[in-house]
Amino acid sequence: MLDLVRNLGHKTVNAIWRLGYAGKFFFLTLISSGTSFRRIHLIVREVYYTGVRSLIIIVVSGLFVGMVLGLQGYETLQRYGSSSALGVMVALALVRELGPVVSALLFASRAGSAITAEIGLMKATEQLSAMEMMAVDPISRVVAPRFWSGVFSLPLLTAIFNAMGIFGGYLIGVVLIGVDEGSFWSQMQAGVDFRDDIMNGVIKSLVFGIAVTLIAVFEGYDSPPTAEGVSGATTRTVVTSSLVILVLDFVLTSFMFRGA
Amino acid sequence: MERTTLDLWVGLFIAAGIGAMLVLALKVGNFSLNGSSTYQVYAYFDNIGGLKTRAPIKSAGVVVGRVGSIALDTNKYKAKVTLNIDKRYQFSKDTTASILTSGLLGEQYIGLDTGADDEMLKAGDTITITQSAVVLEKLIGQFIFNKAGSGNHK
Repeated sequence: MLDLVRNLGHKTVNAIWRLGYAGKFFFLTLISSGTSFRRIHLIVREVYYTGVRSLIIIVVSGLFVGMVLGLQGYETLQRYGSSSALGVMVALALVRELGPVVSALLFASRAGSAITAEIGLMKATEQLSAMEMMAVDPISRVVAPRFWSGVFSLPLLTAIFNAMGIFGGYLIGVVLIGVDEGSFWSQMQAGVDFRDDIMNGVIKSLVFGIAVTLIAVFEGYDSPPTAEGVSGATTRTVVTSSLVILVLDFVLTSFMFRGA
Repeated sequence: MERTTLDLWVGLFIAAGIGAMLVLALKVGNFSLNGSSTYQVYAYFDNIGGLKTRAPIKSAGVVVGRVGSIALDTNKYKAKVTLNIDKRYQFSKDTTASILTSGLLGEQYIGLDTGADDEMLKAGDTITITQSAVVLEKLIGQFIFNKAGSGNHK
């Protein structure tokens, strides 16, 4: 019984300790990112590994999410005789919610886990200590470029996801089922506002990008330098960032779309 | 600094991302540089029903503009609706503005029926002939009242 209480207390203190350490780490990353902006090729290289390599999964899942939305939306809307509203339904669902959230979840499991594993392994094989020995700051050389590449890539990936999803909805709705093409696009354009819907989606994906990559680099940097430590850190990255994405999405949505 | 294939891929990625953003803005959203291409006229309605801002304004079924803003005029206690009409379309001074519904339960829009006046509406003018939205409850009430009235005559 006493052990249980002691364990709980230890875990709580440890979690808060880590939170504070993560805050300090975030600050350090921001301060030392000036160097990585001067050496832009470091960021470009990381954009290739986090962004370009995630393109295929984003494109394919965007297409299928849009196609499912088209099918399900048509099923429901045609009951009320308003299947012409399919376009606006698909577009709003994607641009406001599914696009930012699903791309962020995919990004966390595709790129976030890779970042954590890479940094964790660098730490386990003492490459980070070696850098420090050579007076190279590992945060500005390793962490900051990865952080900024994630922040930069996720909004672009989300935009591609949304465009592919709307194309998928168009394929199912217009080409396959035969919803009128004119009303599909015109209702979409009438119902989707550039600032209220599209820009808010972009802001969401920017926030998710910051959260996901911060968690990924932090878990990697903080991982115990053993094989189990790195694998545990990779798992924690995916679990924590998925939870953070969903919670942040609720918070952001309640701020942005409180209903006019 | 030399160019590598990696840079090419990153360039393609950024181009694709910006392209997708443009598609979203132009094809999906209603991003347009208007403001100069419309003129504003006002109309007073007794009851606007469920009319919303950005609802379409149609004439003969063609969308000619959008509802700009809706406010209650406390001098007349009528709804003051600002109509943003496309500059390409001119309407006569005695145009009728009526609030109509597309379909039985569809969205409400403003229909413009042009009159015979030679003079055209200018920016800042007010449409004097208006027809309010049909409120279903009032219509049913009237119907029941008429029924009861005709029953007494028997």
